[in-house]
Amino acid sequence: MSTVAELALASSGLTKQFRGGQLAVDGIDLAVPTGSVYGFLGPNGSGKTTTIRMLLGLIQPTSGSHDVLGLPMPAGQAEALPLVGSLVEGPAFYPHLSGRANLARLDAADRTANPASMHDRIERALDRVGLLAAANKRYRAYSLGMKQRLGIATSLLRQRQLVILDEPTNGLDPQGTREVRSLIRKIAADGTTVFVSSHLLAEVEQICSHVGVMRTGKLVYQGPLADLQGQARLLVRSPQPDRAATVLREIGLTGVAQVGQEVSADLGPMLPQDINERLVRAGVPVAGLETPRRSLEDEFVELTGEGFDVD
Amino acid sequence: MSTESRSAAEQPVNGQVPADTRGAGVTADGTAAVPMAGSTPVVAATPAVAARPRVAARPTVADTATAASETNGAPSTGWQPADAPAGDRPRQHQPDEAPAARRGPVPGWLRFFFSELRLVFGRPRNLALLGVLAAVPIFFGIVFRLAISAPTGPGGGPAFLNQLAGNGVFLALVVLTLLLLLLLPLAIAVISGDSIAGEAGLGTLRGLLAVPAGRTRLLSVKYAVIAVFCLAACLMITVISLIMGLILFHVGPVTLLSGTTVPLWAGIGRIMLVTVYVAIALTSAGAIGLAASTLTQHPVGAIAGLLVVIIGSEISDQVPQLSAIHSYLPTHYWLAWDGLFRAPIDWSGVAHGLLSFAVYGVIFVSIAWAKFTSADVSS
Repeated sequence: MSTVAELALASSGLTKQFRGGQLAVDGIDLAVPTGSVYGFLGPNGSGKTTTIRMLLGLIQPTSGSHDVLGLPMPAGQAEALPLVGSLVEGPAFYPHLSGRANLARLDAADRTANPASMHDRIERALDRVGLLAAANKRYRAYSLGMKQRLGIATSLLRQRQLVILDEPTNGLDPQGTREVRSLIRKIAADGTTVFVSSHLLAEVEQICSHVGVMRTGKLVYQGPLADLQGQARLLVRSPQPDRAATVLREIGLTGVAQVGQEVSADLGPMLPQDINERLVRAGVPVAGLETPRRSLEDEFVELTGEGFDVD
Repeated sequence: MSTESRSAAEQPVNGQVPADTRGAGVTADGTAAVPMAGSTPVVAATPAVAARPRVAARPTVADTATAASETNGAPSTGWQPADAPAGDRPRQHQPDEAPAARRGPVPGWLRFFFSELRLVFGRPRNLALLGVLAAVPIFFGIVFRLAISAPTGPGGGPAFLNQLAGNGVFLALVVLTLLLLLLLPLAIAVISGDSIAGEAGLGTLRGLLAVPAGRTRLLSVKYAVIAVFCLAACLMITVISLIMGLILFHVGPVTLLSGTTVPLWAGIGRIMLVTVYVAIALTSAGAIGLAASTLTQHPVGAIAGLLVVIIGSEISDQVPQLSAIHSYLPTHYWLAWDGLFRAPIDWSGVAHGLLSFAVYGVIFVSIAWAKFTSADVSS
C-alpha cells in the first residue's frame, strides 16, 4: 500500500446465499470513502451483519469480491485486518476474565501486535472508553453498557485505519448511547474511517457523513448523508399563496405545491434569502419562510417502503 | 459540534505513546514501517498532528456535518463527495507500536500459545477437572491401603493388590488404568470439545478471527494446548500416585513382568514412559474432539461426541465378534504398554500404539483443519 486507498471498504456484487437458499445479501456494491463515518442502515434481518461478517472474512461470499483498505480479500486479510478494529454483533468475551485480561487475550492473538507496548495500549483503550476503574472486574459482572464499551475498546487496542462497529448502541440506555456516540466522534476525529451499522436512525443522523441503506439484502441507497437529505424544501407561508406559488414558479423552482396558506417547493441551488427578496419585490406578503430538512426517518420510510422494522 | 471531540483531535496522540514503542508504525502514507530484524529501529516520520489545519467556523454546515468533515483533517466547508480524490484527504497516522510480524512466526505463535495455556489452565471448570483427577490417586491409595491391611490380608483381594503391597510404585499404573476407563477420556473430551465450539458458543471466536488470529494458527494453538493438557494431567496423576505409593506402601526395586528386578529409579523411569504413552494416546483422542468441536457451536455436543466415540470403541474392543476391526479402534492400544515392563523392553505393542495414535491424530486434525478453514463463522 503505497498510497492510502480512496475507499476504505469496497465491494462489487457481494452476495451471500445461505445453504437453506436464503439470499441474505444480494449483490451489493459498497463504497466507503476513506475518512468518512459511514452509517450502514437497515431493518433487522436486512443483511447488515452478514455483510459485515463477509467484510471481515468470517463468512465466505457466495459470489462477488471486496477490498478492505485497498487490499483484495481474502488474500490480503493478514495484512489488512490488523488495521481494522471491529465489534461484530454485540460484545463477546470470556466471562471469567477481567476486562483487562480479555483485551490482553485478543492482543496476544494478534501476531502483528507488539507485546512490549501491550500494557500501555490496553490502558489507553480502557481509558478512552472509560473502563479503567472497572478494568479488573470480571466481565460477567459488567453492565450491558460496560460490555458494549469493552467491545469498542478492542477496536481501539491499536492504531486503526478503519473501525467497523455493528450495532454499537444496541441495548444501551440513552446515557450509554450518548457515550458511544461521543466515542465514535472521537475515533473519527483521529482520522479513522468508521463504518457503523445501526437500525437507529437518530444515531446515524447525528454522527454519519455517509449512509448506505439495506433492504432485504439489497443496498437501496448509498451516498453522502447530505445528498439523502439534500432535496431541501422551501416553505413559504403567505396570506396570498396563489401569488407566492406563481412567483416561485417564475424564478424557476420546481415541485411547487400549495396546501392552504403554505406553499412549498424544492429549494435547489437558490438561497432562501434571495427567494425572500424576489417574493417581497413581487409584492407577495411573506408571513413566514423556512427550509425544513427532511428527517432521515422520512427518507427511510421512502427507501424501505414499510415501517422501519416491518421488513 | 462537541468540544470534546475537537480537543481530542488536537492532542498530539503520539505524545501518549511510550518511547519504546516508537520504533516503527504506520507512517503518514499508510505504509507500514517495519524495522529489519537485527537493525536499529527506524524512527518513522510523524506528522505534526497538533499543527494540522483546522477550520474555525463552518457557516451553513449543520452540527452533524462537522463531526464527519473533521475526520478528513483538511479544510473543508461541508461534505466530501464520495468521488473526491483521495489526495484531498490527508491522513495522520501516529506510530502505534512496532509490528512484531517480521520477527518470524514463532514468537507471535508462542505468545498466543501461552495466552491459550493461561485461558485453559486458568478456567475454574478445568481446574476442577484437574482437581478430581488429582483426588483419584489419593482416594484409591487410601482405599487400597485399607484393603491390604484388612483382616483378609494379602492374597484375599485382586492380584494387583498383592503387587501394590509388594511395591507402591505400581499405584501409578493401577490409577492410570482405572482413570483411562472414564475420567481421563471425559477430561480430554471437555478440553478438546470445548476448544473451538466453546469459543463459538461464547461468541469470542468471531473476535479472535477478526483480529485476525488466523484460522490455521488458532487451530494449531488449540491443539497444542490440548496436547499440553493431556501430558500435564497424566504427569500429575503419576506424580501424585508415586507420592501416595511412597507414603502408604513399601517401595523398593521393581520386579518386571518378565521376572527381572530393576532398581527403583529404572522402574520409575518406565512408569514415566507409560505416562507419556498414555498422554500421547489421549492427545490422539483429542484430535477427534477437536474435529467434533469444529462441527458445532455447542461444546456439549462435541464433548458428548468424543465420549461416544471412546466408549463405543472401548465396548467394541471387548466384543469378540468384532475382532476383525479391533486393531483399528482408536482405544485399542491405550493399554498396550505392558511391553515396557519387560527386560529387554518389548517395543512392538508401543510402536503399534504410537502408529495408531499418529494415524488417528493426522486424520482428525486434517478433518478439523479442512472444516474450520472453510467454515462460515456465524456464531
